[in-house]
Amino acid sequence: MTTQQLKHFTVHLLLIIGSFFMLFPFVWMFFSSFKSKAELTAPSDTINVLPDSMRPEIFNDDDAKARLEQQANDEKAWNEAKAAAEKKQAELVKAGKNVSIDSLMKEAQEKDRKLRKPFELWDNYKEALKQQPFGQYFLNTIFVSITVTAVSLFFASLAAFSFAFFKFPYQNALFMLLLGTMMLPQQALLIPNYIVLSKIGWVNTYLALTVPWFASAYAVFFLRQFFMQLPKDLFEAATIDGCTRFQFYWMVALPLCKSPLVTLGIFTFLSNWNAFIWPLIVTNDENLRVLQVGLSYFQSDAGNDWGPLMAASTMTVLPLMIMYFFAQKQFVESQMSSGMKE
Amino acid sequence: METLALDLKQEKTMNKTKKIDWGAYAYLLPVLIIIIAFHVLPMVMALVVSFFEWDLIGSPKLIGFHNYARLFSDPLFKKSLINTAIYALTSIPLIIFLSMFIAILLNNPIKGIGVYRTIYFLPVITSINAVALVWNFIYNPEFGLLNKVLAGFGLEPVRWLQNPKTAMMAIVVMSVWKGLGSNIIIFLAGLQNIPKQLYEAATLDGANVFQQFRHITWPLLTPTTFFITVMSVIGSFQVFSQVYMMTPRGGPLKSTMVVVYYLYRKAFEQFEFGYALAMAFVLFLIILALTLFNKLVVEKRVHYN
Repeated sequence: MTTQQLKHFTVHLLLIIGSFFMLFPFVWMFFSSFKSKAELTAPSDTINVLPDSMRPEIFNDDDAKARLEQQANDEKAWNEAKAAAEKKQAELVKAGKNVSIDSLMKEAQEKDRKLRKPFELWDNYKEALKQQPFGQYFLNTIFVSITVTAVSLFFASLAAFSFAFFKFPYQNALFMLLLGTMMLPQQALLIPNYIVLSKIGWVNTYLALTVPWFASAYAVFFLRQFFMQLPKDLFEAATIDGCTRFQFYWMVALPLCKSPLVTLGIFTFLSNWNAFIWPLIVTNDENLRVLQVGLSYFQSDAGNDWGPLMAASTMTVLPLMIMYFFAQKQFVESQMSSGMKE
Repeated sequence: METLALDLKQEKTMNKTKKIDWGAYAYLLPVLIIIIAFHVLPMVMALVVSFFEWDLIGSPKLIGFHNYARLFSDPLFKKSLINTAIYALTSIPLIIFLSMFIAILLNNPIKGIGVYRTIYFLPVITSINAVALVWNFIYNPEFGLLNKVLAGFGLEPVRWLQNPKTAMMAIVVMSVWKGLGSNIIIFLAGLQNIPKQLYEAATLDGANVFQQFRHITWPLLTPTTFFITVMSVIGSFQVFSQVYMMTPRGGPLKSTMVVVYYLYRKAFEQFEFGYALAMAFVLFLIILALTLFNKLVVEKRVHYN
């Protein structure tokens, strides 16, 4: 082996070790989301990455499955369920409540079946969705992220276009004011915004989740840089030919700034998808919760029920990961160009 | 500033000769309305409220600088400042060391750079709440992966997030893991600006890898390192989400109570809005002072070409 080869080998080795540490939490999260509670809380010291439900030798054990199914249906189980139901009914009657034996019977059988039922692949996901309306959280998050991204890009590009192409009194003063707002302490803004929104009754509305983010000084600044690079002659020629200013903005300037718009769009989408403190403050209605807030509530409710918790994190993380694999370059750019903001 | 003055002069003459371009303002209007309504006016209000005692229900009571004075005698605020400083002082050197090291490795002409970059950047795009949950599971004292691995080496289990000695470190490790990717990319950009001939000349002179790092890479990378330091200081004084997710209520013996978490608690759990705002402004002044310190003192040691 030459020194060059040795060097490359060492570099690869170190990078692979590092990659392992970067990826493993995700791998662990993903596979844990398919593990039963018994598996996750087993006191064993051996570490099984693959869940039993995915290991063919365990999962395809038809014998074991058939046996369990039979057990659930057999006479003994039915008798046990009946005895339990009768006992419970007697207790309830004593307490002065009248409940039919049928419903208690059903309940007992259900419980029995659950105890005997083997863990199935998607059980944690079903459980997570049953305990918290993650479907609703998803829709809320998607709605908020898309609305804020679309509207704030539109508003910011209008303002940036105006700053770049028009001349008007107090232009520079207004631009400086806008830049100045980027330096304001965000934590100090949370409180008065919350106070005002609660006074006008916006707390627990979609308005509170979206409207304050419809304008971003950073986005105006970022887009202005690109509009400034477009040749002014183009604008003059187009207006002389009878193109209105809005037509020029919509049909010439915007298409020419497609890639910065995409970068900014991804950045806005990501920061809204991952936003936490603001939605935490302005919503406490379950129907308005976004994913990140839902996760934090789910964690305090679920305690040590790690299977459904990992299923919920997987559901939160996966959509962004899939988008990331398709548009890596744009994702990286969006995060880098915004180094100054967060 | 000169061009600004010039522009202002032009604007004035323009006013006299031409009609005002009202249309231009129409394009600005949506952004201006929202910025003024949700940034400028609230900031004025924040400053005013920080001189009041107010729980939103009763009427606000003017108490002058009392909220600010109270901060200096509040032991929990002092503790939260110290905790935040510990977070910054441990996470920033770790971030800089690791991301510089990995960036140097990635700067080699080897295959699969794209794959590595994708992997190292992955945590950056994921939500901090979801990954904090995953790390909570990894750190779990009974069922967590970390203690299982330790047990494999015959070590006693550690209550990572429940022990005041380890809780903050556990959060730091998770945060470093999460933020590494973006700093690697910044360092890579810095490394690519260093002329290759310097390394070739150094190799000819017989300098080994460490000497090359010491005399070429490190000094020429100082602008990047400086930039990352400044940004990380600002970021780490605002840390919140992972602390909220991983150690509820400020952690064991309040060992992970950081400033923004304390502020959040004061405002939205105990409804002391005036006090929380005073804290927000003091935090802002601290960040400003640290940034100025970096700019005026630390930047002197940066080598710009």
